[in-house]
Amino acid sequence: MFRNLLRSNSFAPVVRSSARTLATEASVPARLKTFQIYRWSPDTPEIEPKMQSYEVDLNKCGPMVLDAILKIKNEQDSTLTFRRSCREGICGSCAMNIGGTNTLACLCRIDTDTNKDLKIYPLPHMFIVRDLVPDLTHFYKQYKSIQPYLQRETHPADGRENLQSIEDRAKLDGLYECILCACCSTSCPSYWWNQQEYLGPAVLMQAYRWLIDSRDEAGKLRREMLQNSMSLYRCHTIMNCSRTCPKGLNPGKAIAEIKKQLAFD
Amino acid sequence: MARLSGLQKEVLRLYRHSLRCVRTKPEEFRSHWKAYVKEEFARYDHIQKKQFSVVEHLIRTGHRKLEMYSNPNIKNIH
Repeated sequence: MFRNLLRSNSFAPVVRSSARTLATEASVPARLKTFQIYRWSPDTPEIEPKMQSYEVDLNKCGPMVLDAILKIKNEQDSTLTFRRSCREGICGSCAMNIGGTNTLACLCRIDTDTNKDLKIYPLPHMFIVRDLVPDLTHFYKQYKSIQPYLQRETHPADGRENLQSIEDRAKLDGLYECILCACCSTSCPSYWWNQQEYLGPAVLMQAYRWLIDSRDEAGKLRREMLQNSMSLYRCHTIMNCSRTCPKGLNPGKAIAEIKKQLAFD
Repeated sequence: MARLSGLQKEVLRLYRHSLRCVRTKPEEFRSHWKAYVKEEFARYDHIQKKQFSVVEHLIRTGHRKLEMYSNPNIKNIH
């Protein structure tokens, strides 16, 4: 009797699922969506960048844009280059400009309207390494310049951890979640025109995160670093940063808070 | 010789910097470095001087490579 039960359990699902896939393949027509993707190769710098079209059947593809470009890379064109890692919006590698908006390819659903093409560009106003891969060296250098680590002279009495009250910890919510995907910085017109001097929303939000950390004692020094016309005050509250952030954070507010702090110095 | 444009001067500046950087390397490997620099520049001989964006890109990547290779811990190149 037990054997019978086991057998029926193990066989039933297999039979059913194969029947189902057969049914869908026969009845549903292919939903072909065209993806236009920015292509440029550093091996042949004299050839201008161009848009290349790929057709993907949405029935055989996952729901996100990253699924589609992975499918293109696997099945159609292995030379297509892009960064990706976690496919769930926690690493920030796959930031690109999809349909005119900076976002993470892994968090962006494909628009199922097959009449419209979906255009995919690399992050705007960045130097390009290849295809969809921007050069983020300068962005990381700027992040390094704000000294994004705990600085303090005194050490806790018991020689173990720097403790923090629950209220102080709550102040960091909405700031620490930033994954530095550079979507906000590259959507900011101010950052486009003054990339060399202006730090940009992503880096400024991290600067604010360290300014209000109750455990950090270098606040005065941090404020002095920002007290000039370029680093911070190139922000003209355009707010593209908050609108585009794929994690739903608000860099615009963080920058406004820094400005408020600096106003009293 | 015709007067050089700003972009052409920048290319020459990068070339000069690269060759001077060769002299910071250990003496026995300098010939390798010199050959490498010349080869890198010769690779793009066919680029016309009017292809501004291409030349600008090459200058940019060239500076980045120079910065990387001028690290004193890098001794030799093949």
